[in-house]
Amino acid sequence: MGFMKKLTNTSINFLPLVAIALVLIVWQIISALQLIPEFLLPSPLSVLQAFGDDYQALFSNSLVTLSEAFWGLFFGVGIGVILALIMDIFHPIYKALYPLLVISQTIPTIAIAPLLILWFGYGILPKVVLVVATTFFPIAVGMLDAFRSTDQDLITLMRTLGANTPKIYFYIKFPNALDAFFSSLKISVSYSLVSAVVSEWVGGFDGLGVYMTRVMKAYAYDKMFAVIFLISLLSLFLILIVNWIQYIITPWRRTNHV
Amino acid sequence: MTELLVQHVDQSFDGKQILNDVSLSVKTNEIVSILGVSGIGKTTLFNVIAGITHPLDGTVVFNGNDITGEAGHLGYMLQKDLLLPFRTIMNNVILPDLVKGISKKDAIKRATPLFEFFGLSGYENKYPNELSGGMRQRAALLRTFLSTKDLTLLDEPFSALDELTKRGIYRWYTDISRQMQNSTLLITHSVDEAITLSDRIYILSGKPATISHEIKITSEERNKPDFELTSDFIKYKKEILNILNV
Repeated sequence: MGFMKKLTNTSINFLPLVAIALVLIVWQIISALQLIPEFLLPSPLSVLQAFGDDYQALFSNSLVTLSEAFWGLFFGVGIGVILALIMDIFHPIYKALYPLLVISQTIPTIAIAPLLILWFGYGILPKVVLVVATTFFPIAVGMLDAFRSTDQDLITLMRTLGANTPKIYFYIKFPNALDAFFSSLKISVSYSLVSAVVSEWVGGFDGLGVYMTRVMKAYAYDKMFAVIFLISLLSLFLILIVNWIQYIITPWRRTNHV
Repeated sequence: MTELLVQHVDQSFDGKQILNDVSLSVKTNEIVSILGVSGIGKTTLFNVIAGITHPLDGTVVFNGNDITGEAGHLGYMLQKDLLLPFRTIMNNVILPDLVKGISKKDAIKRATPLFEFFGLSGYENKYPNELSGGMRQRAALLRTFLSTKDLTLLDEPFSALDELTKRGIYRWYTDISRQMQNSTLLITHSVDEAITLSDRIYILSGKPATISHEIKITSEERNKPDFELTSDFIKYKKEILNILNV
């Protein structure tokens, strides 16, 4: 029984790796047979080569993009949580703000990125603002839904114990919203990196987005693919970190149900 | 000395009068049931007594103090155990003390000896989803007892449990409330549960509802082995079913 469970778990982790390996092998064979010209689609090996040749530039530009993503995420999460809290406590504010929040997410980021550059210059600020604009929304909506769906009987119970509103948030609503918070955070984390890159495309001196536009203009598609893979890997890595934090601070999710 | 007096309570809900002139009392060490069919207004009455809502008229007096419309004086437990899934059993049961501002250390010191009593030893650091339904209900009762030592309000606390678990928990509950010198006001729609547990039963009936009958169950009858299989038990059950007209 235990062994079978272990086997199933391992194969679940194992299968996607096999799939990725297969795609890479087929891709390498296609390139080696020159079915698609190298300048249109570089082979996985030449992408790896480009990665090795340019790793210093990739590394230093990654740090820039990551710090933009981090600060944007930091303020985005903060604003998202505070907005959710305010909208949960004051119903008229919820009524007034919620439609605006949804509409704000229909504005394409790529369209406002040049405006942000115009307003805030070529430094880190317009990038951070764009990341904030894309990351606060999943957090605000996720937390708000979790706050609002708290079991009313639990709140009544807390009231009969003499708990005031801050205590109800501290003991009930915040811990109850943790699962929703982490689900939203995973979405926001992957948005944050992409938004930082997009805002660098529009204007800037450093960062993976700037690097991307530079190698694209040089028709260096092997480097282009290298940076695309790097961004994916970084996103995955960030999501793993969130998973790990969630694992540490929500021990009850690891227990066995009766 | 514990005494709860509910006097001449009127209450309405959605503009309709639900309760009319309801009066009842609970004294030290008593288990008292309020029995009525579903939808009669039991929970409305319960909310008034717990202080969650304010009645249109009438008063709730506990140990000589008027507590009408004030929550936090009486222990309170529902059919749902309402244990917090993200807190261990220990952290769940000390929650009332934490809310009152008692330090975690003192609260744990107060709760620890009671785990044995409630058959929960060894489960202090488990999470609620690791416990069976009966154990969860006992943990919820422990939390209720720790929130107030004097009087506990129970709103159909055992109705979600299976028949066998229920039988065990009835006996256990009468023992434990006697040992802890706790008084209980129990709201139920189960005639068997009311007869098995109570010293006195109030029947809530009519529209708007009022207390129409009061039935006493003597302790020598109740303490007989297999009371629920005796002819005395059936006699009470017949009487109550006649009153309820079902």
